[in-house]
Amino acid sequence: MSISIEQRRQHRLMTIEKSLAKRHRKENAFRRMGLLAVVTGMTLVAILFVSILMRGVPAFWQATFYTDVYFDPEVIQLEPKPERERGESQFDFNERYSQWLTRAGLVNWQTLIDNALEEALGEEVEPRQLRDLRALVTSGERYALRDRFIEDPSLLGQTVELKMLASANVDVWLKGNISRDLPDARQQLSAQTRGWADQLEEQGVIRNAFSTSLFLNTDSRSSLASAGLAGAFMGSLFMMIVVIALSVPLGVSSAIYLEEFAPKNRLTDLIEININNLAAVPSIVFGLLGASIFIGYLRLPLSAPLVGGLVLTLMTLPTIIIATRASLRSIPPSIRQAALGIGASRVQTVFHHVLPLALPGILTGSILGVAQALGETAPLLLIGMNAFVANVPGTPLEQSTALPVQIYLWQGNELRNFFEARTSAAIIVLLGLMLSLNALAIWLRKKFETRW
Amino acid sequence: MSNLALIATLLVMMALAYHLGLTRSRAVAAEHDVRMHSRPGYYGVLVALWCGLPALAIFLLWSFLAPQLIDMLVTQQLPADLVAGLSDRELQTVLRRVTALADGRGVAGGGSPEELDAAAHMARLQTIENFSLVALMAVLVVVGLIVARRRISPNWRARNQVERVIMVALAASSAVAIFTTIGIVLSMLGEALKFFSFISPVEFFFGTTWNPRFSTSGSSNQGEFGLLPLLWGTMMVSIIALLVAIPVGLMTAIYMAEYAPPWLRNVAKPVIEILAGIPTIVYGFFALIVVGPFLSSLGDLIGINIRTTSALTAGLVMGIMIIPFVSSLSDDIITQVPKSLRDGALGLGATKSETIRQVVLPAALPGIVGAFLLAASRAIGETMIVVLAAGNNPVLHANPFEAVSTITVTIVNQLTGDMDFASPQSLVAFALGLTLFVITLGLNVIALVVVRKYRQQYE
Amino acid sequence: MNIPAQPMATSSVSVGSGESRVSKAKDKVKMNAQGVKVFYGDAQAINGIDLDIYENEVLAFIGPSGCGKSTFLRCLNRMNDTIDICRVEGKITLDDNDIYAADRDVVLLRAQVGIVFQKPNPFPKSIYENIAYGPRLHGLARRKAELDDIVESSLRRAGLWDEVKDRLDKPGTGLSGGQQQRLCIARTVAVSPDVILMDEPCSALDPIATAKVEQLIDELSESYTIVMVTHNMQQAARVADRTAFFHMGDLVEVDSTDQIFTNPQDQRTHDYITGRFG
Repeated sequence: MSISIEQRRQHRLMTIEKSLAKRHRKENAFRRMGLLAVVTGMTLVAILFVSILMRGVPAFWQATFYTDVYFDPEVIQLEPKPERERGESQFDFNERYSQWLTRAGLVNWQTLIDNALEEALGEEVEPRQLRDLRALVTSGERYALRDRFIEDPSLLGQTVELKMLASANVDVWLKGNISRDLPDARQQLSAQTRGWADQLEEQGVIRNAFSTSLFLNTDSRSSLASAGLAGAFMGSLFMMIVVIALSVPLGVSSAIYLEEFAPKNRLTDLIEININNLAAVPSIVFGLLGASIFIGYLRLPLSAPLVGGLVLTLMTLPTIIIATRASLRSIPPSIRQAALGIGASRVQTVFHHVLPLALPGILTGSILGVAQALGETAPLLLIGMNAFVANVPGTPLEQSTALPVQIYLWQGNELRNFFEARTSAAIIVLLGLMLSLNALAIWLRKKFETRW
Repeated sequence: MSNLALIATLLVMMALAYHLGLTRSRAVAAEHDVRMHSRPGYYGVLVALWCGLPALAIFLLWSFLAPQLIDMLVTQQLPADLVAGLSDRELQTVLRRVTALADGRGVAGGGSPEELDAAAHMARLQTIENFSLVALMAVLVVVGLIVARRRISPNWRARNQVERVIMVALAASSAVAIFTTIGIVLSMLGEALKFFSFISPVEFFFGTTWNPRFSTSGSSNQGEFGLLPLLWGTMMVSIIALLVAIPVGLMTAIYMAEYAPPWLRNVAKPVIEILAGIPTIVYGFFALIVVGPFLSSLGDLIGINIRTTSALTAGLVMGIMIIPFVSSLSDDIITQVPKSLRDGALGLGATKSETIRQVVLPAALPGIVGAFLLAASRAIGETMIVVLAAGNNPVLHANPFEAVSTITVTIVNQLTGDMDFASPQSLVAFALGLTLFVITLGLNVIALVVVRKYRQQYE
Repeated sequence: MNIPAQPMATSSVSVGSGESRVSKAKDKVKMNAQGVKVFYGDAQAINGIDLDIYENEVLAFIGPSGCGKSTFLRCLNRMNDTIDICRVEGKITLDDNDIYAADRDVVLLRAQVGIVFQKPNPFPKSIYENIAYGPRLHGLARRKAELDDIVESSLRRAGLWDEVKDRLDKPGTGLSGGQQQRLCIARTVAVSPDVILMDEPCSALDPIATAKVEQLIDELSESYTIVMVTHNMQQAARVADRTAFFHMGDLVEVDSTDQIFTNPQDQRTHDYITGRFG
């Protein structure tokens, strides 16, 4: 009997052992599959980041002319900038000044640039080649010269070394973003201009300089090389201010009510389901809401950061409510009981004891919500924020665009080989902002993480 | 007085009221030599509320009603021959011009004499309105202040009243979420109904041709608005996305939850969280400049014609976008399966993968299904990737290598540019939005209920 | 041998039957531990334990909570491997084979040394599937009929067959706590291990369910070696042949249950069983 049991035992062990190799193979295959998934995911993301960085980083530097510009009195035939005379009324002065400004605008500033370029090239340029010459420097620079002169009329007759942005096509050519082997017909610049550009680069007149225009200028349609993010940045900033000012207080109070005070009944259940569902509603639906209610019904202005901020607020609200509730829920009931036990009212308990403890979690959730709002594009397209805006908005009611929308607009620009890089650079800026916000949130959470 | 200055003044008055209430309550306490019901601060706050809230309410009501009232009065004032025969929209335009004139912004080409008259009238009305508002608010502030201050007595339950106000404010903020949903439903329903007055719902929901033909509103030729090509495109892109995201996301979650050493978890979790926050426009751009050309040349290599912008491109990149979402949701759900179940299987001699496949995953199945549904709802509602990478080709076909169009893309196309809420070409965006909302709502609600049930099971 | 639970519960220790089993058990050492130390990170939970476990005996571990008895139990089939920060030193053998040896397959080990946990943890599957899970894993049944036999005999051994035979396809989680625990025991038995470890198997059960499980342990001890952790001294006295007393990571004393409860050698054991601390 005992032997037979022993034999059966042995037989059983043999059976198990036989299948073991196969089972371990399966185990390893499964584990490798998991690792493969992680590696795949990480690789894809790495490709995303690398390809955007590779395209975008060079765009932070731009082909720039370093030339002497002579403010030629022959060209600038303009009386001195008017000063307000004694006895002259403010109105008369303004009139006189604006007339002067108009005349200043009529000066052919381009000639100054032409002359400076001729000087740098060391050759006379025939009038029929003027077009080729003017293709070198981006068209916005003549207005920059004008503004510079208006600012400081004493420049008249002086020679100043100036930085001027090369045109987008020259930048593309010099960076090698267009093939040099393409026939003339398919090049964006004439052979003459390309030759000049090469020559000037060799002379050191054109250098690759850090592009401040990317940050300081607004979008531009005529002078592509000087298109910048300043307008979009201000638009996004205004929207974020609206979002923070509205969604954080509203979201936090709403979460406090639902978590701490609301009676547990069907209505509360409904609100809860409703909020969870709102968090998963596609963002574009919020855009439709904004278009219909804010624009169509309330007649708020199109393209205004205020409206964008309102739409994004509604979109962010559920995120903040959910995060705040989770944070409040993680505060153990013993804290509340302790406060109630010494005679605090429920409101006092929540505001004096629970809320301060939940603050890090609330902060983290709010930052993540705002970061999400910062990157949102689709709803903004529906409330007109994809309009071309050439000014930096001064108030949340002025027309404006936003960083992600600017990316959308730039990626659609026809001058692909210039704007691909510029768009990537804008993405880097946006991602930089978002990642800093995210990092801040993660850091806050790590710093204040409490285990109860 | 500008609104900003008005509000600032009101705040200053409230601060003053707070101070008055505070000192008054202290004085009352000293005078009667008793303990007040509440701490002095509560009396201060209560007086400030009495002082500020009614004025604030009037202010809000006024800012909402007064412009409409003025518009009405000005419209009545307009000469009959000017107004006659104007449509509602044209009347709005006239009013906008008048408003611009009255504000001093002026209009292009200057206003007509009638318009200038109306503008002057409007400016007068605005001045009157402004003065009466300020006066009314001032009265309310002063009355509120005096009444509240006189009511301060040891028995006045200031704290309870302040807390009641706080509670009302808190409850009101949680109503915002409800109103948002109601707003979404009503606005979309309203505009969609307008759309259905042009195009019958049958034509819309069962039509197989999408060709809206941007015609001027009112023209008889309205184009065809068949939803099916768009719905099909949406499905195709979403299915491709889920085919990418679900295996990779789920396996990532399993690896992270069960196999990864703690240090890797600590690094990978925040990274995944950050990835989930990358704006979709970035993924869209990535699809357009990297993935599309890559797939296209890959197709050339193996002899398939793959468009640069196609259902495949958009779906693939959308899948990449959803991976972190699927993985972090699944991770949460897998780690919620109690350790005792794992121990039970391991204790019987199951290998780790057997434990995961045969015990953990079946136990987590409802939660994981919920996560998949949420991912699907996200894929269906995703906009920017498809706008950039799907190619906008609203035709019914089953070739993933061809361009498609989706509901979201079409909403953007139909509603960007001119805000004209009268033509079916723009209104269709709301009908599409309503369809999208209903689909995602259905998925979300099922998913949320499933996940909630699942959570309760292991709580 | 079918000892009714009731008399055992009333009489403090059934000396006669206990002795008879001790003599039987002394035959052969099934498992052996030498200098076993366990660390959780930097904290040492077990300070070096030497212990023999004899074939077909019921050995109970008692001691105050946190004394390391569960930790040690989990070393015997390497369940501690699932805790990242846990580290085991020393040597444990099963039939003279080192179970912590590098080439030792932990899957095979756990098929030989099964474990039943404190809280019943049936899988969220049907009753049938719960029992069939182990045999399926290890390929112990080639045909459906064979599997059916294993399921039935395991449920019978666990005294659960009559209660559940009509609802084998119902989820195991729908059973009562006591039934769930017996289901878990049946699940373990279905793999026919040599040794069954039980980690406070009755602590989550009511007295009637406890009595049933105790009776089951007694029956199982005929063909299995059983090592159980209990915080309930009466339970140890009722079912164990030998009892080991743990205290603060040390194995203070191990002897026949009778000896431990009537004539402990160590002062700490004496204090614990007389209720000075616990």
